[in-house]
Amino acid sequence: MKDPLVLGGREFSSRFLLGTGKFSLDQMADTIKRSEVEIVTLALRRANLGGDSNILDYIPKQITLLPNTSGARNAEEAVRIARLARELGCGDFIKIEVIHESKYLMPDNFETIRATEQLAKEGFVVLPYVSPDLIVARELVQVGAAAVMPLAAPIGSNKGLVSKDFIKMLIAEIDVPIIVDAGIGAPSQACEAMELGADAVLANTAVATARDVPAMARAFQQAVRAGRQAYLAGLGRVLEYSGEASSPLTGFLEG
Amino acid sequence: MQRITKADFDHMQRIDEELMHRVLGELEGLDFASFTSRDVQAALQAKELSPVDFAALLSPAAGAYLEPMAQKAKRLTQAQFGNAVCLYTPLYIANYCVNECVYCGFNCKNHIHRGKLSMDEIRREYEAIAKTGLREILILTGESRSQSSLSYIGEAVSLAKEYFSTIGIEIYPLNVDEYAFLQQQGADFVSVYQETYDTHLYDQVHLSGPKCDFSYRFHAQERALLGGMRGVGVGALLGLGDFRRDAFAAGLHAKFLQQKYPHAEISFSVPRMRPYINRTDHGPNDVHEPQLLQVMLAYRCLLPFAGLNISTRERAGFRDNVVGLVATKISAGVKTGVGGHEEQEKGDAQFEISDPRSVREIREMLQSRGLQEVFTDYIRL
Repeated sequence: MKDPLVLGGREFSSRFLLGTGKFSLDQMADTIKRSEVEIVTLALRRANLGGDSNILDYIPKQITLLPNTSGARNAEEAVRIARLARELGCGDFIKIEVIHESKYLMPDNFETIRATEQLAKEGFVVLPYVSPDLIVARELVQVGAAAVMPLAAPIGSNKGLVSKDFIKMLIAEIDVPIIVDAGIGAPSQACEAMELGADAVLANTAVATARDVPAMARAFQQAVRAGRQAYLAGLGRVLEYSGEASSPLTGFLEG
Repeated sequence: MQRITKADFDHMQRIDEELMHRVLGELEGLDFASFTSRDVQAALQAKELSPVDFAALLSPAAGAYLEPMAQKAKRLTQAQFGNAVCLYTPLYIANYCVNECVYCGFNCKNHIHRGKLSMDEIRREYEAIAKTGLREILILTGESRSQSSLSYIGEAVSLAKEYFSTIGIEIYPLNVDEYAFLQQQGADFVSVYQETYDTHLYDQVHLSGPKCDFSYRFHAQERALLGGMRGVGVGALLGLGDFRRDAFAAGLHAKFLQQKYPHAEISFSVPRMRPYINRTDHGPNDVHEPQLLQVMLAYRCLLPFAGLNISTRERAGFRDNVVGLVATKISAGVKTGVGGHEEQEKGDAQFEISDPRSVREIREMLQSRGLQEVFTDYIRL
């Protein structure tokens, strides 16, 4: 069955997105190949254009680049980095990251909405990275976001779906794809996000810090696939509270 | 003897000193001998270190816990930085100095070769450095507003933009508007080291010159951030005084700075005075490699997100093993005289380096350790 992830009118069969920037460039090609990812993020600030160890030289051409605006502290800087990415031939996809808090690296939702609005107007396929908040997500869709990327837990924390209840709200209420990003520490957590109905998962640190990077990337892909299949198959009924009473509460009804 | 001239003093801008009083207040009554292994174990378990936890990790009791501290530090470093390690090189463009600091090679009373580079010479140095692949540079001068004026430094910074994506400065402390000027010229990162946070000792080792003003120096990072700089470096010259107290103060200085200016990118440097090799009586201030590493690991546990630089003051074998573990930035192809990358050196060095390896050699070392060299991690907008 064909079940593509659709972003900006383009179809992708992989629902696992790989972050870069935390592992060796010489492992990139093998990691991408073995994990069968189709979208790879990259921090434009790491792109050493024309110089040594330029990440752009290590990503196979058929891969869709998702440059991010890391380093931007406000909407204006994010917009400028996005334009720079497009000028450099990275395509129209852009992940908005606006952070001006160096301890937890929490995204600024307000500035992210502003940047999203501007870049959507300029024809970018905008994927904003935010703290999961239903009201913010609705606003992002309103101003033209192609997807919403809520964080599962603080970036790099490998803690998993700490913000599960809030991500569930987005999955239930938001019509654009929900891509769970940041804080996913293990394939089982990625699988769980997909079972809940997330459209895709992005991981970086969990893959980059594994002993065998390409093997871990592949494990993530498999977990994401399994989670997606479970979601489509419809999870069996799980009783949320206690067992149902054997004497029905509605037995008194007549007629 | 007049220690600071009136002109120097009048020029110094004063800002709110609350942060300095907090740091110095934390030092009061601090007794490192009082910590036990139990305190160290509790600190190792803590997710967010309190000042007391941090002190425990710096205490003599923690000397026996370097391995578990290293294990924790490595996890924190990896989570935050992965295996990326940034490369940079310092360039001394002048070594004139009006300060009389008893521990420093640039001391104005020392008879050394003084010099400064012309803009043409600076350009040739930049070209030579850029050719090695580096995209980050740290521009240094001694403290002399007449020989290394703000406009001279500004011109050097502006020129650096043609060759480098990241420009840091390690120069004398400035006022907010002066930092703003250099930020507009293209510098985004400022390092100022307090040397010692012991105000009494500070007075004893800074005999004359504007550096005598402890408070003006302490607030340099804040003024830099108020002037629009992106990041600031903090550090103490370990071994000048009680290194545990100085590291403690430097750590809290950094922590409080980030709390007050949440956007600030914070980094540590860990320069140390080497103990005399032939001395048999070990002084309490001696900072041997285990003590140096202990300080670095404690910084990492306190601020998992902070950058940590390892300079060529340390030997290759030490540097190779601390990158990826706790250090996030390493210098390469270093000369500490004035110029010397392309031109003949025009002035003597501030200190002798222990690791003369080239950029290529440092790259190879990083790769052989499974680390990823990063030349640029910044977009100037």
